Amino acid sequence: MTGRRPEPPEARAVQARDRRVLARLISMVENGDPRARPIQKALYPHTGHARIVGITGPLGVGKSSLVNALLGVLRARGVRVGIIGVDPTSPFSGGSVLGDRIRIDRAGGDEGVFFRSMASRGHTGGIAATTREVARLLDAFGMDIVLVETVGSGQVDVEIRRIASTSVVVLVPHLGDGVQSLKAGLFEIADVFTINKADLPGADGAARYLSEMTALGAGPDGWTPPVVQCSTVEGRGIEDLWKAVEAHEAFLDSGPGRARGEEARARAEIVDRVTGRIGLRLDGLLEENRELRELLGQVLDRSLDPGTASDRIYAALRHRL
Amino acid sequence: MPREKKEAPIRVLIAKPGLDGHDRGAKVVARALRDSGMEVIYVGLRQTPEAIVDSAIEEDVDLVGLSILSGAHMVLFPRILKLLKERRAADIPVFAGGIIPDEDARRLRRAGVKAIFGPGARLDEIVTTARSIARRHA
Ligand SMILES: Nc1nc2c(ncn2[C@@H]2O[C@H](COP(=O)(O)OP(=O)(O)OP(=O)(O)O)[C@@H](O)[C@H]2O)c(=O)[nH]1
Ligand SMILES: [Mg+2]
Repeated sequence: MTGRRPEPPEARAVQARDRRVLARLISMVENGDPRARPIQKALYPHTGHARIVGITGPLGVGKSSLVNALLGVLRARGVRVGIIGVDPTSPFSGGSVLGDRIRIDRAGGDEGVFFRSMASRGHTGGIAATTREVARLLDAFGMDIVLVETVGSGQVDVEIRRIASTSVVVLVPHLGDGVQSLKAGLFEIADVFTINKADLPGADGAARYLSEMTALGAGPDGWTPPVVQCSTVEGRGIEDLWKAVEAHEAFLDSGPGRARGEEARARAEIVDRVTGRIGLRLDGLLEENRELRELLGQVLDRSLDPGTASDRIYAALRHRL
Repeated sequence: MPREKKEAPIRVLIAKPGLDGHDRGAKVVARALRDSGMEVIYVGLRQTPEAIVDSAIEEDVDLVGLSILSGAHMVLFPRILKLLKERRAADIPVFAGGIIPDEDARRLRRAGVKAIFGPGARLDEIVTTARSIARRHA
Protein backbone atom coordinates (compact mmCIF):
# COMPACT_ATOMS: atom_id res chain seq x y z
CA MET A 1 0.00 0.00 0.00
CA THR A 2 1.23 3.46 -0.75
CA GLY A 3 -0.83 5.35 1.78
CA ARG A 4 -0.08 9.06 1.72
CA ARG A 5 1.64 10.21 4.83
CA PRO A 6 1.83 13.87 5.63
CA GLU A 7 5.15 15.35 4.47
CA PRO A 8 7.74 15.53 7.24
CA PRO A 9 8.07 19.15 8.40
CA GLU A 10 11.72 19.20 7.33
CA ALA A 11 10.68 18.41 3.75
CA ARG A 12 8.33 21.36 3.77
CA ALA A 13 10.99 23.56 5.34
CA VAL A 14 13.51 22.69 2.61
CA GLN A 15 10.99 23.59 -0.06
CA ALA A 16 10.26 26.80 1.80
CA ARG A 17 14.02 27.48 1.53
CA ASP A 18 14.92 27.24 5.17
CA ARG A 19 18.71 27.27 4.98
CA ARG A 20 19.38 25.86 8.45
CA VAL A 21 17.09 22.90 7.91
CA LEU A 22 18.73 22.21 4.56
CA ALA A 23 22.21 22.45 6.11
CA ARG A 24 21.28 20.04 8.91
CA LEU A 25 19.69 17.64 6.49
CA ILE A 26 22.88 17.60 4.42
CA SER A 27 24.82 16.70 7.57
CA MET A 28 22.41 13.87 8.30
CA VAL A 29 22.83 12.53 4.79
CA GLU A 30 26.61 12.81 5.08
CA ASN A 31 26.58 10.95 8.35
CA GLY A 32 24.30 8.21 7.10
CA ASP A 33 21.68 9.19 9.68
CA PRO A 34 18.57 7.09 8.97
CA ARG A 35 16.29 9.96 10.02
CA ALA A 36 17.10 11.64 6.72
CA ARG A 37 15.47 8.88 4.71
CA PRO A 38 11.76 9.78 5.08
CA ILE A 39 12.62 13.41 4.33
CA GLN A 40 14.58 12.46 1.22
CA LYS A 41 11.71 10.26 0.15
CA ALA A 42 9.22 13.10 0.52
CA LEU A 43 11.48 15.49 -1.38
CA TYR A 44 12.29 13.23 -4.30
CA PRO A 45 9.15 14.04 -6.33
CA HIS A 46 10.15 17.70 -6.07
CA THR A 47 13.54 17.16 -7.67
CA GLY A 48 14.63 16.94 -11.30
CA HIS A 49 14.65 20.63 -12.03
CA ALA A 50 18.31 21.43 -11.32
CA ARG A 51 21.03 20.76 -13.86
CA ILE A 52 24.09 19.24 -12.25
CA VAL A 53 27.43 20.31 -13.67
CA GLY A 54 30.70 18.70 -12.60
CA ILE A 55 33.93 20.70 -12.44
CA THR A 56 36.86 18.36 -12.13
CA GLY A 57 40.60 18.41 -12.73
CA PRO A 58 43.95 18.02 -10.99
CA LEU A 59 44.88 19.79 -7.75
CA GLY A 60 45.27 23.53 -7.95
CA VAL A 61 44.28 24.12 -11.57
CA GLY A 62 41.74 26.75 -10.53
CA LYS A 63 38.52 24.77 -10.21
CA SER A 64 37.22 26.79 -7.26
CA SER A 65 38.25 30.04 -8.93
CA LEU A 66 36.26 29.00 -12.00
CA VAL A 67 33.29 28.06 -9.86
CA ASN A 68 33.48 31.53 -8.34
CA ALA A 69 33.68 33.15 -11.77
CA LEU A 70 30.75 31.08 -13.06
CA LEU A 71 28.82 32.02 -9.95
CA GLY A 72 29.24 35.67 -10.95
CA VAL A 73 27.91 35.01 -14.45
CA LEU A 74 24.97 32.95 -13.20
CA ARG A 75 23.93 35.23 -10.35
CA ALA A 76 23.97 38.21 -12.72
CA ARG A 77 21.30 36.37 -14.69
CA GLY A 78 19.31 35.57 -11.58
CA VAL A 79 20.11 31.85 -11.74
CA ARG A 80 20.04 30.14 -8.33
CA VAL A 81 23.21 28.15 -7.74
CA GLY A 82 24.06 25.33 -5.36
CA ILE A 83 27.72 24.40 -5.04
CA ILE A 84 29.30 21.27 -3.58
CA GLY A 85 33.06 21.39 -3.03
CA VAL A 86 34.57 17.99 -2.35
CA ASP A 87 38.05 17.76 -0.82
CA PRO A 88 40.02 14.71 0.22
CA THR A 89 40.04 13.48 3.81
CA SER A 90 43.41 12.94 5.42
CA PRO A 91 43.97 9.19 5.60
CA PHE A 92 45.96 9.70 8.80
CA SER A 93 43.69 11.61 11.14
CA GLY A 94 40.35 11.25 9.40
CA GLY A 95 40.19 15.04 9.50
CA SER A 96 40.38 17.44 6.62
CA VAL A 97 40.86 21.05 5.70
CA LEU A 98 38.17 21.98 3.21
CA GLY A 99 39.46 24.98 1.30
CA ASP A 100 37.30 25.40 -1.78
CA ARG A 101 35.15 28.00 -0.12
CA ILE A 102 38.06 30.40 0.27
CA ARG A 103 37.88 31.28 -3.44
CA ILE A 104 34.23 32.19 -3.37
CA ASP A 105 33.48 35.82 -2.97
CA ARG A 106 29.86 36.68 -3.01
CA ALA A 107 27.56 39.21 -1.54
CA GLY A 108 26.83 38.44 2.11
CA GLY A 109 23.29 37.18 2.61
CA ASP A 110 22.73 36.19 -1.06
CA GLU A 111 19.86 33.73 -0.79
CA GLY A 112 20.39 32.54 -4.35
CA VAL A 113 23.55 30.65 -3.44
CA PHE A 114 24.18 27.71 -1.17
CA PHE A 115 27.71 26.40 -0.87
CA ARG A 116 28.56 23.20 0.94
CA SER A 117 32.04 21.77 1.49
CA MET A 118 32.33 18.02 1.78
CA ALA A 119 35.13 15.72 2.82
CA SER A 120 35.53 12.52 0.87
CA ARG A 121 35.60 10.58 4.18
CA GLY A 122 34.22 7.05 4.36
CA HIS A 123 30.69 7.61 3.17
CA THR A 124 28.52 4.52 3.10
CA GLY A 125 28.12 3.76 -0.58
CA GLY A 126 30.99 6.08 -1.46
CA ILE A 127 31.44 9.79 -1.90
CA ALA A 128 29.60 9.79 -5.23
CA ALA A 129 26.44 8.43 -3.61
CA THR A 130 26.50 11.14 -0.94
CA THR A 131 27.28 13.87 -3.45
CA ARG A 132 24.32 12.79 -5.54
CA GLU A 133 22.02 12.94 -2.52
CA VAL A 134 23.29 16.36 -1.50
CA ALA A 135 22.84 17.64 -5.07
CA ARG A 136 19.29 16.34 -4.92
CA LEU A 137 18.63 18.26 -1.70
CA LEU A 138 19.92 21.44 -3.35
CA ASP A 139 17.60 20.68 -6.25
CA ALA A 140 14.63 20.33 -3.90
CA PHE A 141 15.71 23.57 -2.25
CA GLY A 142 15.04 25.28 -5.57
CA MET A 143 18.48 25.65 -7.10
CA ASP A 144 18.56 25.86 -10.90
CA ILE A 145 22.17 24.76 -11.26
CA VAL A 146 24.29 22.64 -8.95
CA LEU A 147 28.04 22.89 -9.51
CA VAL A 148 30.04 19.99 -8.11
CA GLU A 149 33.79 20.52 -7.70
CA THR A 150 35.91 17.39 -7.30
CA VAL A 151 39.63 16.81 -7.48
CA GLY A 152 40.45 14.77 -10.53
CA SER A 153 42.67 12.07 -9.25
CA GLY A 154 41.30 8.77 -8.19
CA GLN A 155 37.72 7.68 -8.08
CA VAL A 156 35.76 10.83 -7.69
CA ASP A 157 36.43 12.33 -11.10
CA VAL A 158 35.28 9.26 -12.96
CA GLU A 159 32.22 9.02 -10.78
CA ILE A 160 31.24 12.60 -11.56
CA ARG A 161 29.69 11.25 -14.75
CA ARG A 162 27.30 9.30 -12.62
CA ILE A 163 26.00 12.49 -11.05
CA ALA A 164 26.40 15.33 -13.51
CA SER A 165 24.73 15.81 -16.89
CA THR A 166 27.67 17.94 -18.02
CA SER A 167 31.23 17.42 -16.82
CA VAL A 168 33.87 20.10 -17.27
CA VAL A 169 37.49 18.94 -17.07
CA VAL A 170 39.86 21.74 -16.07
CA LEU A 171 43.52 21.69 -17.11
CA VAL A 172 46.28 24.30 -17.22
CA PRO A 173 48.89 25.17 -19.88
CA HIS A 174 51.94 24.12 -17.92
CA LEU A 175 50.58 20.65 -17.65
CA GLY A 176 52.32 20.70 -21.07
CA ASP A 177 53.65 17.18 -20.95
CA GLY A 178 50.81 16.37 -18.61
CA VAL A 179 48.24 17.16 -21.23
CA GLN A 180 49.90 14.81 -23.68
CA SER A 181 50.16 12.02 -21.18
CA LEU A 182 46.57 12.50 -20.09
CA LYS A 183 44.89 9.36 -19.12
CA ALA A 184 42.38 8.29 -21.71
CA GLY A 185 39.94 8.43 -18.83
CA LEU A 186 39.76 12.20 -19.02
CA PHE A 187 38.46 12.06 -22.54
CA GLU A 188 35.66 9.83 -21.40
CA ILE A 189 34.77 12.17 -18.57
CA ALA A 190 34.86 15.49 -20.37
CA ASP A 191 31.88 17.07 -22.08
CA VAL A 192 33.80 20.34 -22.03
CA PHE A 193 37.53 20.98 -21.64
CA THR A 194 38.85 24.14 -20.06
CA ILE A 195 42.40 25.36 -20.21
CA ASN A 196 42.43 27.64 -17.21
CA LYS A 197 45.28 30.04 -16.37
CA ALA A 198 45.33 30.97 -20.05
CA ASP A 199 47.21 34.10 -18.95
CA LEU A 200 50.25 31.81 -18.59
CA PRO A 201 52.37 30.81 -21.60
CA GLY A 202 51.51 27.65 -23.48
CA ALA A 203 47.72 27.92 -23.38
CA ASP A 204 47.29 28.04 -27.17
CA GLY A 205 49.46 24.98 -27.63
CA ALA A 206 47.63 23.03 -24.96
CA ALA A 207 44.25 24.04 -26.39
CA ARG A 208 45.30 23.08 -29.90
CA TYR A 209 46.57 19.73 -28.73
CA LEU A 210 43.36 19.00 -26.86
CA SER A 211 41.21 20.09 -29.82
CA GLU A 212 43.12 17.75 -32.09
CA MET A 213 42.62 14.93 -29.66
CA THR A 214 38.91 15.52 -29.27
CA ALA A 215 38.48 15.95 -33.05
CA LEU A 216 39.90 12.46 -33.57
CA GLY A 217 36.61 11.01 -32.66
CA ALA A 218 33.35 12.28 -31.36
CA GLY A 219 32.11 10.26 -28.42
CA PRO A 220 29.64 7.44 -28.95
CA ASP A 221 26.85 9.99 -28.52
CA GLY A 222 28.11 12.22 -31.33
CA TRP A 223 29.27 15.09 -29.13
CA THR A 224 32.73 16.59 -29.59
CA PRO A 225 33.91 18.29 -26.39
CA PRO A 226 34.78 21.93 -27.04
CA VAL A 227 38.00 23.35 -25.59
CA VAL A 228 37.62 26.72 -23.88
CA GLN A 229 40.48 28.91 -22.67
CA CYS A 230 39.85 30.79 -19.44
CA SER A 231 41.68 33.02 -17.07
CA THR A 232 40.01 33.74 -13.79
CA VAL A 233 42.63 36.38 -12.95
CA GLU A 234 41.85 38.28 -16.15
CA GLY A 235 38.18 37.35 -16.05
CA ARG A 236 38.48 35.98 -19.57
CA GLY A 237 36.60 33.10 -21.18
CA ILE A 238 34.14 32.59 -18.36
CA GLU A 239 31.07 33.46 -20.44
CA ASP A 240 32.38 31.16 -23.17
CA LEU A 241 32.83 28.36 -20.70
CA TRP A 242 29.24 28.67 -19.57
CA LYS A 243 28.09 28.84 -23.20
CA ALA A 244 29.89 25.57 -23.82
CA VAL A 245 28.12 23.99 -20.84
CA GLU A 246 24.79 25.27 -22.14
CA ALA A 247 25.58 23.98 -25.61
CA HIS A 248 26.14 20.52 -24.20
CA GLU A 249 22.92 20.69 -22.21
CA ALA A 250 21.07 21.79 -25.36
CA PHE A 251 22.67 18.93 -27.26
CA LEU A 252 21.36 16.50 -24.65
CA ASP A 253 17.86 18.00 -25.00
CA SER A 254 17.93 17.92 -28.79
CA GLY A 255 18.43 14.17 -29.03
CA PRO A 256 18.21 11.02 -26.98
CA GLY A 257 21.11 12.11 -24.76
CA ARG A 258 19.09 13.50 -21.87
CA ALA A 259 16.82 10.48 -21.50
CA ARG A 260 19.67 8.04 -21.99
CA GLY A 261 21.85 9.77 -19.43
CA GLU A 262 19.06 9.89 -16.90
CA GLU A 263 18.25 6.25 -17.37
CA ALA A 264 21.89 5.21 -17.13
CA ARG A 265 22.32 7.20 -13.93
CA ALA A 266 19.13 5.88 -12.34
CA ARG A 267 20.10 2.32 -13.23
CA ALA A 268 23.59 2.73 -11.87
CA GLU A 269 22.23 4.21 -8.67
CA ILE A 270 19.82 1.34 -8.10
CA VAL A 271 22.45 -1.26 -8.93
CA ASP A 272 24.90 0.44 -6.55
CA ARG A 273 22.42 0.63 -3.73
CA VAL A 274 21.28 -2.96 -4.05
CA THR A 275 24.73 -4.47 -4.60
CA GLY A 276 26.00 -2.43 -1.68
CA ARG A 277 23.49 -4.07 0.59
CA ILE A 278 24.04 -7.52 -0.86
CA GLY A 279 27.76 -7.03 -0.32
CA LEU A 280 27.25 -6.16 3.32
CA ARG A 281 24.97 -9.14 3.81
CA LEU A 282 27.44 -11.48 2.14
CA ASP A 283 30.26 -10.16 4.24
CA GLY A 284 28.15 -10.91 7.31
CA LEU A 285 27.45 -14.43 6.06
CA LEU A 286 31.16 -15.08 5.58
CA GLU A 287 31.36 -14.44 9.28
CA GLU A 288 28.25 -16.30 10.47
CA ASN A 289 27.51 -19.09 8.03
CA ARG A 290 29.43 -22.32 8.66
CA GLU A 291 29.65 -23.45 5.03
CA LEU A 292 30.76 -20.06 3.82
CA ARG A 293 33.33 -19.89 6.58
CA GLU A 294 34.67 -23.24 5.46
CA LEU A 295 35.06 -21.99 1.89
CA LEU A 296 36.88 -18.95 3.22
CA GLY A 297 39.16 -21.24 5.23
CA GLN A 298 39.97 -23.25 2.11
CA VAL A 299 40.94 -20.08 0.29
CA LEU A 300 43.16 -19.13 3.20
CA ASP A 301 44.97 -22.50 3.28
CA ARG A 302 45.20 -22.42 -0.51
CA SER A 303 43.24 -25.59 -1.11
CA LEU A 304 40.70 -23.56 -3.11
CA ASP A 305 41.21 -20.51 -5.30
CA PRO A 306 39.09 -17.41 -4.67
CA GLY A 307 37.49 -17.64 -8.13
CA THR A 308 36.13 -21.13 -7.53
CA ALA A 309 35.04 -20.26 -4.01
CA SER A 310 33.13 -17.26 -5.37
CA ASP A 311 31.51 -19.37 -8.10
CA ARG A 312 30.23 -21.78 -5.49
CA ILE A 313 28.91 -19.06 -3.24
CA TYR A 314 27.23 -17.33 -6.16
CA ALA A 315 25.64 -20.58 -7.32
CA ALA A 316 24.35 -21.25 -3.80
CA LEU A 317 22.89 -17.77 -3.42
CA ARG A 318 21.62 -17.17 -6.93
CA HIS A 319 18.19 -18.68 -6.49
CA ARG A 320 17.63 -16.38 -3.53
CA LEU A 321 18.31 -13.23 -5.53
CA MET B 1 32.88 -3.52 1.97
CA PRO B 2 31.45 -2.97 5.38
CA ARG B 3 32.42 0.37 6.79
CA GLU B 4 33.08 1.07 10.40
CA LYS B 5 30.23 3.01 11.88
CA LYS B 6 32.21 6.04 12.87
CA GLU B 7 31.16 9.02 14.85
CA ALA B 8 30.50 12.04 12.70
CA PRO B 9 33.50 14.36 12.82
CA ILE B 10 33.18 17.80 14.39
CA ARG B 11 32.89 20.49 11.69
CA VAL B 12 34.54 23.80 12.45
CA LEU B 13 34.73 27.03 10.47
CA ILE B 14 38.00 28.94 10.69
CA ALA B 15 38.06 32.51 9.41
CA LYS B 16 40.01 35.66 9.83
CA PRO B 17 37.67 38.61 9.69
CA GLY B 18 38.96 42.13 9.15
CA LEU B 19 41.20 43.61 6.54
CA ASP B 20 44.65 43.41 8.01
CA GLY B 21 47.48 41.01 8.33
CA HIS B 22 48.15 37.43 7.45
CA ASP B 23 46.45 34.17 8.29
CA ARG B 24 49.44 32.14 9.45
CA GLY B 25 48.05 31.64 12.93
CA ALA B 26 44.64 30.64 11.61
CA LYS B 27 46.25 28.11 9.27
CA VAL B 28 48.28 26.54 12.05
CA VAL B 29 45.16 26.19 14.18
CA ALA B 30 43.22 24.79 11.21
CA ARG B 31 45.84 22.12 10.68
CA ALA B 32 45.95 21.19 14.35
CA LEU B 33 42.17 20.81 14.41
CA ARG B 34 42.32 18.67 11.27
CA ASP B 35 45.01 16.49 12.80
CA SER B 36 42.70 15.89 15.73
CA GLY B 37 40.14 14.48 13.27
CA MET B 38 37.92 17.50 12.68
CA GLU B 39 36.60 18.74 9.37
CA VAL B 40 37.84 22.28 9.05
CA ILE B 41 36.13 24.64 6.65
CA TYR B 42 38.83 27.16 6.03
CA VAL B 43 37.75 30.49 4.57
CA GLY B 44 40.83 32.55 5.32
CA LEU B 45 41.30 36.28 5.18
CA ARG B 46 39.12 39.32 4.79
CA GLN B 47 35.83 37.71 5.59
CA THR B 48 32.95 40.00 6.39
CA PRO B 49 30.75 39.11 9.37
CA GLU B 50 27.89 38.41 6.91
CA ALA B 51 30.02 35.98 4.90
CA ILE B 52 31.19 34.23 8.07
CA VAL B 53 27.64 33.71 9.25
CA ASP B 54 26.52 32.52 5.78
CA SER B 55 29.34 29.98 5.87
CA ALA B 56 28.61 28.83 9.42
CA ILE B 57 24.99 28.17 8.54
CA GLU B 58 25.48 26.53 5.14
CA GLU B 59 28.28 24.33 6.41
CA ASP B 60 26.28 23.36 9.51
CA VAL B 61 29.37 23.73 11.65
CA ASP B 62 29.57 22.78 15.30
CA LEU B 63 31.95 25.59 16.06
CA VAL B 64 33.36 28.84 14.64
CA GLY B 65 36.94 29.93 15.32
CA LEU B 66 37.96 33.48 14.47
CA SER B 67 41.47 34.78 14.35
CA ILE B 68 42.02 38.47 14.67
CA LEU B 69 45.03 40.76 14.90
CA SER B 70 43.62 44.19 14.37
CA GLY B 71 41.95 46.25 17.03
CA ALA B 72 38.60 45.77 15.33
CA HIS B 73 37.59 42.82 17.48
CA MET B 74 35.22 44.89 19.60
CA VAL B 75 33.25 45.69 16.46
CA LEU B 76 33.56 42.45 14.52
CA PHE B 77 32.82 39.90 17.23
CA PRO B 78 29.64 41.50 18.55
CA ARG B 79 28.47 41.92 14.95
CA ILE B 80 29.02 38.22 14.19
CA LEU B 81 27.29 37.14 17.40
CA LYS B 82 24.36 39.42 16.61
CA LEU B 83 24.03 38.07 13.06
CA LEU B 84 24.13 34.50 14.34
CA LYS B 85 21.32 35.35 16.71
CA GLU B 86 19.28 37.08 14.02
CA ARG B 87 19.59 34.07 11.80
CA ARG B 88 18.57 31.64 14.53
CA ALA B 89 22.06 30.20 14.73
CA ALA B 90 23.10 31.41 18.17
CA ASP B 91 23.57 27.79 19.19
CA ILE B 92 26.80 27.70 17.16
CA PRO B 93 29.61 28.47 19.62
CA VAL B 94 32.32 30.98 18.71
CA PHE B 95 35.90 31.06 19.96
CA ALA B 96 38.61 33.58 19.24
CA GLY B 97 42.35 33.83 18.91
CA GLY B 98 44.60 36.85 18.66
CA ILE B 99 45.89 39.78 20.58
CA ILE B 100 42.98 40.86 22.69
CA PRO B 101 43.49 42.97 25.84
CA ASP B 102 42.19 41.43 29.07
CA GLU B 103 39.43 43.96 29.58
CA ASP B 104 38.14 43.40 26.01
CA ALA B 105 38.39 39.63 26.47
CA ARG B 106 36.19 39.86 29.55
CA ARG B 107 33.60 41.87 27.65
CA LEU B 108 33.66 39.50 24.69
CA ARG B 109 33.18 36.51 26.99
CA ARG B 110 30.22 38.24 28.53
CA ALA B 111 28.86 38.92 25.04
CA GLY B 112 29.00 35.20 24.30
CA VAL B 113 32.44 34.32 22.90
CA LYS B 114 33.07 30.89 24.42
CA ALA B 115 36.86 30.91 24.62
CA ILE B 116 39.69 33.31 23.83
CA PHE B 117 43.30 32.34 23.15
CA GLY B 118 46.22 34.71 23.25
CA PRO B 119 49.23 34.46 20.94
CA GLY B 120 51.02 32.21 23.44
CA ALA B 121 48.29 29.56 23.65
CA ARG B 122 49.40 25.97 23.11
CA LEU B 123 47.87 24.12 20.17
CA ASP B 124 46.84 21.11 22.22
CA GLU B 125 45.08 23.44 24.62
CA ILE B 126 43.19 25.05 21.71
CA VAL B 127 42.23 21.64 20.32
CA THR B 128 41.01 20.34 23.67
CA THR B 129 38.98 23.46 24.39
CA ALA B 130 37.54 23.54 20.86
CA ARG B 131 36.42 19.95 21.27
CA SER B 132 34.78 20.65 24.60
CA ILE B 133 32.78 23.68 23.47
CA ALA B 134 31.69 22.28 20.08
CA ARG B 135 27.99 21.86 19.63
CA ARG B 136 27.17 18.26 18.85
CA HIS B 137 24.36 17.19 16.62
CA ALA B 138 21.49 15.49 18.37
N1 LIG C 1 47.66 32.60 -13.26
C1 LIG C 1 46.46 32.16 -12.89
N2 LIG C 1 46.30 31.63 -11.67
C2 LIG C 1 45.06 31.18 -11.33
C3 LIG C 1 43.95 31.25 -12.22
N3 LIG C 1 42.88 30.70 -11.62
C4 LIG C 1 43.29 30.30 -10.40
N4 LIG C 1 44.60 30.60 -10.22
C5 LIG C 1 45.41 30.32 -9.01
O1 LIG C 1 45.57 28.93 -8.85
C6 LIG C 1 45.62 28.59 -7.46
C7 LIG C 1 44.60 27.51 -7.17
O2 LIG C 1 43.28 28.02 -7.41
P1 LIG C 1 42.00 27.24 -6.92
O3 LIG C 1 40.84 27.91 -7.56
O4 LIG C 1 42.00 27.09 -5.46
O5 LIG C 1 42.27 25.82 -7.59
P2 LIG C 1 41.52 24.43 -7.32
O6 LIG C 1 41.66 23.64 -8.57
O7 LIG C 1 40.14 24.67 -6.83
O8 LIG C 1 42.39 23.82 -6.17
P3 LIG C 1 42.07 22.51 -5.30
O9 LIG C 1 40.62 22.56 -4.90
O10 LIG C 1 43.01 22.64 -4.15
O11 LIG C 1 42.38 21.34 -6.19
C8 LIG C 1 45.35 29.88 -6.72
O12 LIG C 1 46.57 30.40 -6.27
C9 LIG C 1 44.71 30.79 -7.74
O13 LIG C 1 44.97 32.15 -7.48
C10 LIG C 1 44.17 31.84 -13.51
O14 LIG C 1 43.26 31.97 -14.35
N5 LIG C 1 45.44 32.27 -13.78
MG1 LIG D 1 39.22 23.93 -5.06
